Amino acid sequence: MTFDSTVLILVTVISAATPLLYAALGELVVERSGVLNLGIEGMMLVGAVTAFGVTVTTGSAALGILAAALAGASMALAFGILTLSLTSNQVATGLALTIFGIGLSALVGSGFVGIPVERLHRLQIPGLSDLPVIGPLLFEHDVLVYLSVLATAGVAWFLTRTRAGMILRAVGESDVSAHSIGYDVILVRYLAVLFGGMMAGLGGAFLSLSYTPMWAEEMTAGRGWIAVALVVFSSWRPGRLFLGAYLFGGVTILQLYAQGSGGILGLPAQVLSMMPYVATIVVLAIIAGGPWKGRLDAPACLGKPFRPAT
Amino acid sequence: MRFHVSRRTFLAGTAAASTTLALGRAVPAQEPLRVGFVYVGPIGDYGWTHGHELARQAVVEHFGDQVKTSYVENVAEGPDAERVIRQLASSGHGLVFTTSFGFMNPTVRVARQFPQVKFEHATGYQTEPNLAVYNARFYEGRAVCGAIAGHISQSGVCGYIASFPIPEVVMGINAFALAARQVRPDFRVNVVWINSWYDPGKEGDAAKALIDQGADIISQHTDSPAPLQVAEQRGVHGFGQASDMRSFAPNAQLTAILDDWSDYYVQRVQAVLDDTWETHTIWWGLKEGMVQMAPYGDAVTDEAREAAEATKEGIIAGTLHPFTGPIENQAGEVMIADGETATDEQMLQMDWWVEGVQA
Repeated sequence: MTFDSTVLILVTVISAATPLLYAALGELVVERSGVLNLGIEGMMLVGAVTAFGVTVTTGSAALGILAAALAGASMALAFGILTLSLTSNQVATGLALTIFGIGLSALVGSGFVGIPVERLHRLQIPGLSDLPVIGPLLFEHDVLVYLSVLATAGVAWFLTRTRAGMILRAVGESDVSAHSIGYDVILVRYLAVLFGGMMAGLGGAFLSLSYTPMWAEEMTAGRGWIAVALVVFSSWRPGRLFLGAYLFGGVTILQLYAQGSGGILGLPAQVLSMMPYVATIVVLAIIAGGPWKGRLDAPACLGKPFRPAT
Repeated sequence: MRFHVSRRTFLAGTAAASTTLALGRAVPAQEPLRVGFVYVGPIGDYGWTHGHELARQAVVEHFGDQVKTSYVENVAEGPDAERVIRQLASSGHGLVFTTSFGFMNPTVRVARQFPQVKFEHATGYQTEPNLAVYNARFYEGRAVCGAIAGHISQSGVCGYIASFPIPEVVMGINAFALAARQVRPDFRVNVVWINSWYDPGKEGDAAKALIDQGADIISQHTDSPAPLQVAEQRGVHGFGQASDMRSFAPNAQLTAILDDWSDYYVQRVQAVLDDTWETHTIWWGLKEGMVQMAPYGDAVTDEAREAAEATKEGIIAGTLHPFTGPIENQAGEVMIADGETATDEQMLQMDWWVEGVQA
C-alpha cells in the first residue's frame, strides 16, 4: 500500500464514518437521558429522503439539510409521545418506528428515484487545501463532515461542562431522584429524544446528499443499528464514540480495499464483509445481557419508563 | 358514544360478511388473467427490478382488460419469498413471474403444490411441468463491454463490483476479461464482492477502493448507479448495469447493458391466454433483443466503437461466441478446447476464472 493510497483510503474512511457518527452521537445523548431509541434507522431514512426531496425540489442543499433535521426530529417527537407521555415499551416502539420509517421513506421517495443531484460542495480553502497530505485529508470535505466533528466536541462539552448536561446525566442515572429535586424528567428526555432524531436526520441527509448523491430505498443499509451498537461500544462517552465510528467505518472500507488488492491471509471475501456486522452483533449481545450493564457504565435508568409516584 | 358488540354478534356478522364475499365473486363472462410479479428489489432501483417493472407495464399496455397484474417488491431471497409466492398462487393468479435467482427453491416448492398455476422463474435452472425458466445472455453484453474496455483503458485494470459468486456473475466477469484481453493481453479485472445485489453505499465504497488501487474502468453486477457516480466523480469510465445510467454519469458511462423483458413477457402471457403455455428453458440474448446495449458515450473512440459493433454483430449472426476455445482456467487446465465454443451447460455451471481475473 503506497502512501498516496493510504491518504485516499483515509478520506474514504472519513466519509464512511460520518453518518455513523451523527446517528450515534444523537443516540448517545438520548441514552444518557435514560431512553433507548431503536428507531434510528427509520429516522435516518426519513432524513435522507427529506433532504434529497427538498434539495431536488428547491435546488438548495442547505434547505434540504435543514428539512432533514426537522424530519428526523418529527419522527423522534412521535417516539417521544409514545414512550414518554404514554409510557409504551421503548424497545418495541423504537422497532416499530424503524419499520415505519423504512416504509414511509420508500413511499415518499418513490417519486425521486433515478434523479441525480449534485454532491454537496467540498470545501476549498485556498491555502490549506493545497497542502500535500493534510490538504485532501482534512480540508476538502463538505460542511456535514466538519459539523459532525464539531458536534462531537459540542456534545462532550455539553455533557461534562454544563449544568444542563449534568441534569441530563442525572435524569439518566436516577430519574426518581432528579424528579424529587424538582427537575422535569419528561421534558429533559423529550429534548434529548428530539436532539437524537435531529442528528439521525442529519446522518441520513449526509448519505443522500454527499455519500451517494441519490435516493435509493433502504440506503442506510443497517447503519442505524451499527450506531446503536457504537454507543455501547463507546461506554457512552463522545470521545470514544468518535474513535468507534471511525474504527467501524475503517473496517468496512478496509475490507473492500483488501478484496481489491487480493485479500488478507486468504480469508474469503464473505468473511471480510462480515467483520463490521459481527462486531455489531457481539456488542448488541452485550447490551441484552443484564448483568453486563453495570460494568459498561450504562446509564442506570436506560430503557426504564418514568412513572412518578405522585 | 360507546359501541358495544357482543362476541356472538361479531362472529355471526363476520361469518355472514365473508360468506357473501365468497359467494359474491360469481365468475363473469371472461375473467381477466391475473399475473403476479415477485421482485427482489425496489422498482425504483433503476436497475434489475426496474427492467422487470417496465416489462410488466408493457404487458398491461398490450393486453388492457384481459389481464390484471400485481407485483410485490423488495421480497428478500429466503423463507419470506416462499410466503409471497404462495400467497400469489393461492389468490387466483394464473401466471407468476419470480424475478431473481434466489427465488428458485421457493418457486419450485410452490409450483409443485399449485399445478394449475404457471410459474416463470428468471435466471434459474430448475423446471417443472408448470415452471418455466427464462434467462438472458448478459455475458454477450459483457463481451461487448470488454471489447470497449480493452481499447479505452489506460491503466489496463478494470474494477468489477460483483454481488455473489454464482455462475451468472462468474460468466459475466470471464466474458468481460476474455474480450478485453483480446485487445490488450495484459488486461486485468479486479473483483470486489459486496454480497448484495443492491447496496448503493457499499457499491460506491467498493468503486472508490478499486479506483484508488488503479482501476480506470468500472464494471458492476450490482443494481444501483452508485459505482458509476463514483466513476464520474473520479473522472474514470464505466458501464451501466441493467439500465441506462447516463443521467448519473454523463461523461463516465461508455455504454450499458440493458435488459428488455417486454417481448418475452407479452409472449408468455399470450400463451397462457391461448392455452398454449408449455414449460421450457430459454436463454435469449442480443439476437432476440432481450439484451441490448445503450447508445455509446462520448468517450468511446472510433476504434472502440468498431470493435464493439463487430463483437455485437458477430454474436447476433452467430459467428462469434464470447467463450471460444482454447480457454484455460487459472490452474492451467483447458476448460474449453481449441476450436470449440462453450455449451450452455458449461456456462451455467461455470465456477472457474480465466487468466487475468483477481476475484
